[in-house]
Amino acid sequence: MRLEKREAPSAAMLWAAPLLAAVASVVLAGLLFAILRVNPFAALRLLYLAPIASANGVAELALKMTPLLLCALGIAIGVRANVWNIGAEGQFTMGAIAGGGMALALGPTGGWYVLPLMLAAGILGGMAWAAIAAALRVGTNAHEILTTLMLNYVAQDILSWLVHGPWRDPQGFNFPQSKTFAAAATLPSLWGTRLTPIFFVALLAAPCAWVLLQRTTAGYRLRVTGLAPAAARYAGFSASGTVWLSLLIAGGLAGLAGIAEVAGPIGQLVPTISPGYGYAAIIVAFLGRLEPFGIVVASALMALLYLGADGLQMHMQLPLSLTGTLQGMLLFLLLAADVLVANRVVWRRG
Amino acid sequence: MTNLPRRTVLAGALATPALMTRAADAAAPLKVGFVYVAPIGKAGWTYQHELGRLALQAKLGDKVKTSYVANVSEGADAERVIRQMASDGNGLIFTTSFGFMNPTIKVAASFPKVKFEHCTGYKRRVNVATYSARFYEGRYLAGLVAGHMSKKGVIGYVAAFPIPEVVQGINATLLGARKANPNIKIKVVWTSSWFDPGKDREAADTLISQGADVLMNHTDSPTTVQVGEEKGVWTTGYDSDMSMYGPKTCLTSTTMIWDQYYIKRANMVLDGTWKSTDTWGGVGSGMIRMAPLNKAVPASVAKELETATSDIAAGRLKPFVGPVLNQAGKVAIPSGQALTDQQILSMNWFAQGVEGKL
Amino acid sequence: MADLVLILSILVATMRAAAPLLFAGLGELVAERSGVLNLGVEGMMLVGAAVGFAAHAVTGSFVLGLLAAILAGAAMAALFALLTLRLLANQVATGLALTIFGVGLSALIGLPWAGVPATGLPAALWPGLAHDSPALQQVLLLLDPLVWLAFAAVVAVDWFLRRSRTGLALRAVGESAEVAHALGTKVLRIRFLAVLFGGAMAGLAGADLSLAYTPMWVENMTAGRGWIALALVVFSTWKPWWLTAGALLFGFVTIAQFQAEAFGLSFSPDLLATLPYLATIVVLVLISRDATRLRLAAPAALGKPFRPSD
Repeated sequence: MRLEKREAPSAAMLWAAPLLAAVASVVLAGLLFAILRVNPFAALRLLYLAPIASANGVAELALKMTPLLLCALGIAIGVRANVWNIGAEGQFTMGAIAGGGMALALGPTGGWYVLPLMLAAGILGGMAWAAIAAALRVGTNAHEILTTLMLNYVAQDILSWLVHGPWRDPQGFNFPQSKTFAAAATLPSLWGTRLTPIFFVALLAAPCAWVLLQRTTAGYRLRVTGLAPAAARYAGFSASGTVWLSLLIAGGLAGLAGIAEVAGPIGQLVPTISPGYGYAAIIVAFLGRLEPFGIVVASALMALLYLGADGLQMHMQLPLSLTGTLQGMLLFLLLAADVLVANRVVWRRG
Repeated sequence: MTNLPRRTVLAGALATPALMTRAADAAAPLKVGFVYVAPIGKAGWTYQHELGRLALQAKLGDKVKTSYVANVSEGADAERVIRQMASDGNGLIFTTSFGFMNPTIKVAASFPKVKFEHCTGYKRRVNVATYSARFYEGRYLAGLVAGHMSKKGVIGYVAAFPIPEVVQGINATLLGARKANPNIKIKVVWTSSWFDPGKDREAADTLISQGADVLMNHTDSPTTVQVGEEKGVWTTGYDSDMSMYGPKTCLTSTTMIWDQYYIKRANMVLDGTWKSTDTWGGVGSGMIRMAPLNKAVPASVAKELETATSDIAAGRLKPFVGPVLNQAGKVAIPSGQALTDQQILSMNWFAQGVEGKL
Repeated sequence: MADLVLILSILVATMRAAAPLLFAGLGELVAERSGVLNLGVEGMMLVGAAVGFAAHAVTGSFVLGLLAAILAGAAMAALFALLTLRLLANQVATGLALTIFGVGLSALIGLPWAGVPATGLPAALWPGLAHDSPALQQVLLLLDPLVWLAFAAVVAVDWFLRRSRTGLALRAVGESAEVAHALGTKVLRIRFLAVLFGGAMAGLAGADLSLAYTPMWVENMTAGRGWIALALVVFSTWKPWWLTAGALLFGFVTIAQFQAEAFGLSFSPDLLATLPYLATIVVLVLISRDATRLRLAAPAALGKPFRPSD
């Protein structure tokens, strides 16, 4: 058996590869469970089916998807334009800080205007953090892969400093946390679950991203810059404009995800807000093949792996670290399966 | 933010205790869930809670069915896990980290039939009790031993964050140590991380280089005890008996024993007498126990420790009794007075003799 | 004398803190000089730490523990190399996935050994020093063989990159794979080996933590050191000696902060923690601003895939 390059990428394989990867990852997960000496079928049911067997489970899945989806859309738009934003994690944190700071500044009273202000602050916070990387790239040519990565740590340290110091709840016995946000500063939760309306904003962001990329001039410029930078320059497209646009969009989306997390399920600023959503979102973006609708599916799948590990631990005493193992495996398998898009398997004769 | 309960409230909401007992006996065992913040490992904060869970299961046998989720992060995930436990039919849920406080309160509002117990927090509800231990009593006793064993009069303290539990521990250590040596000092280094063994190592090395000859730590890794063993410097452990990490040099450990509390509270749910309470146990109630002393500790010190332990247990000795001056030399606790629980809980000052900033 | 001991102990503590960063950083430096950006350092370190600890616990041999860690790190890197070099998968995404995968996998592998007490690698005195110098001994006993090995590795890698034929070829591949290929250099083989070396060194860095520096295995025990190593590679402008300087400086800042605190001075440790990252950004800005300087500093083909034409 050997691989032979196809003359054109296979359209069928483009669709079949993710399915193949998904099936292979289920099989590998089953093998892993067998190695860990639990019943693989029961474990697979707990991992993939049990979390979404109830309405509340589905809501939890949607809640978990939200930050992954928002961050991944921004990352994908950037990658399509050849702008590498590794900084969704930091932009997420800055969105939470800016929006959360707004909530704390407006205090316990306040009306309908509080939430819009918080969301705006969150989006702007994320954008501002991404803007640093954009300015450094455009102004000094410092590559955004490295600057955004460094800024993630700076953002986390600033958050830690704020909740241990200036923004610490004075009634909180010096524990590192801010005051809990007032009712007006908390996102409404839907149908008695923890789901907030931001999920639907995130869902809506997917078609918007698609329209932006496929149907607008700006999107066209982004894509051309990404595919053929020389051609883009020749056409007079501004390279710095592309960097600014894609990083600001990514920062805004990640910032929105951050404020949605603290104004929603968390309800205050605490030292740990993101369990690595910004990094996981990069995997989501690639699992979704940088296509907005693919990213919706990919974020659901990644969210499911977070949720499924809870049940595995409760009922089978398997460690939560399975989540990362399975998430990593899933991307590896998809990347491997992608070989079949460009190549065909030939059975060697003779 | 309170969610309406989606699950049908069972008809037994107003049932008498007797009825509930019968229901519990006749039906399936009481399911008890535990939510841990860290992996279990072989020692440490979470490990002690796991020992409590195992003791509960062993003692009540078929009457309870326990389970746990470990390594739960304190962000948005905590509420989902706690909610999942409640939905899975657990009748009693212990959430064992401060960061689980608000999630526990939120979930409790949606599950009025489920009893919740939150460790180290201060928010309660009709179905949320809180419990914690007077860790400082154990620190005082460890300080007493450390004060006797220190030759140079310097105790090194590796601490994560200046939250009250840590500050109480440092002050109590100093006051205990000063019973043995009135001139003893404590040097404090903040690592800004509950869990970073590398930083603990660097902090411990630093304290040794500055003359500390007894090390204590308030972080979640046994690294400080390991460093002491490597360099031949005395240490005291925290959370669990850490002597396995420092067989030659670990003097004793302030350990937390949750077994009796967990058994008592589960029994209360079983016989229908459970109420939301605030428990702050200590040496007296057995929640804080000193691990067996290192052989190197002289008999006279062991004797003094024994006396002090029984005095604290009986309430004759309170660690935070004046006169105590703060770092600025002002009176923090007037002569002859003891701090109230409220004052202890909100402690945000260092006693004179502690070198380090809050 | 007391001051001398204090200074020496700060120096030694700095060197020890720097050692794991040096291992991981040197490995990544070589991989990046060949043009491959592997963001999976943290994951490879953790797998090395877990496997190294487990192998030592099972066999009782430090040498076998270290070897196992090196192999485990290299195996993780081989996975990365297969995907990015052979299958042309995206390096950034694959590297991040490798970290997420490694964090999880190391926790699974290390589960039976989590928190098991262990004694660290025994310290070795610098040859020629006598045991009977109590003050010096106290300080120098801190140095385990891995610290010496880390600094020896700097010399070796620096020599390899600047003086050896293979090192020259590796740098050429990192500057322009196409040109190197045209000159008959086996681009993919060199990149594959460079990535494997990076993984092996990351594995060794993990084992330095789990077998010597903080001898035990606990989930996530690297606590972000893999990311700091990545930052240091940029900070060093891809030069081994500057990497050494960066790692020592980073270690020194931490130790100096603790020393100052123990003297009763205060800092905001959170804000201080941002310094290495801000410093890296500053260095990056300084070298990137000027196109010539950037070309002299950074491997031009970094992160760019190479597809050999058949």
